[in-house]
Amino acid sequence: MISWLAVALGGAAGGALRYWVNGLVVQRTGEVFPWGTLLVNLSGCALMGALAVLAGTQGGLDKATMALLMAGFCGSYTTVSSFSLQTLMLFQQGEASQAVANIILSLFGCMATLWLGATGVRLLLSQTGAVL
Amino acid sequence: MSPRAAFWVALGSLLGSLSRHALQQWLPEATWSGLPLATLSVNVAGSLLIGWLAGRAMPPHPTLATLHRRHFAMTGFCGGFTTFSLFTLETLVLIETGAWSQAWLNLGLTTALALVAVALGFRMGRTGRKPE
Repeated sequence: MISWLAVALGGAAGGALRYWVNGLVVQRTGEVFPWGTLLVNLSGCALMGALAVLAGTQGGLDKATMALLMAGFCGSYTTVSSFSLQTLMLFQQGEASQAVANIILSLFGCMATLWLGATGVRLLLSQTGAVL
Repeated sequence: MSPRAAFWVALGSLLGSLSRHALQQWLPEATWSGLPLATLSVNVAGSLLIGWLAGRAMPPHPTLATLHRRHFAMTGFCGGFTTFSLFTLETLVLIETGAWSQAWLNLGLTTALALVAVALGFRMGRTGRKPE
C-alpha cells in the first residue's frame, strides 16, 4: 500500500518537474527540435542509473524509497510518449534528419547518461568504502 | 509555469504513474524472448494514446480544446505512464548480463513500435472525428 502512495507522489512530482524543465528549455531553444524532452530524458536516466546502484547496495534504499524515486519520480519525469510524438512531428514537417538525430541522441544518449550515473555512484561508494 | 497548468500535469502524471505501476505489478516477470514486456507495452500504448489525443486536439473541432485538458491528458497522463528511464535501465541490465541481442531487440522494437503506434494513433484521432 505504501509503495502505491510513493509511486503516486513521486509520479506527480516527476511530471510537474518535467513540465517545468521542458518549459525552461523551450523558452531558450524554440520548439523545432525537442531539446526539452531530450534534456529531461538524459537527466532522468542519469538519476535512474545512480538510484539503481544505490538500490542494489546493502542498506541502500528501502522498498518505499525505491518506489518513490525510481518507479514514481524517474518513471514519470522521463517520457517516451512526448519523444515519439515529437519525432513523428519532425518527420511530418519534412525534417527527417532531425527526427533521426532525435532518435539516436535519445536512445544512445540516455544509455550513456544512465551508465555515467551508475558508474559515478559506484566510484563514490568504492572510495567511501561502503559495502556493495 | 502557471500553478494551474502544473496542477493538471501533476494530477495526470500521478494517474499515469499509478497505471504503469499497476501493469508492472501484474506483469512483473513477463518477458517475450527475454524482453521486459511491461515497459515495452506501456511505452507503445502510451504512444498510441498521445498520438490519438494529438489528432483529436487538431482544429477544426478539437476535443481537447482547452489547454488544461491537454496538460492533464498528454503532458500529464501519457508522460507519466510512459517512461524512458525504466526502458533504458532494463536495456542496460540486458547488456550487463550479456544478453546483447535482447538489448538491441528491446531498443529497436520499443522505438519502432512506439513510432508506428504514435503515427497510427494520430491518424485515428484525425480521421475518427465526426465531420459537422
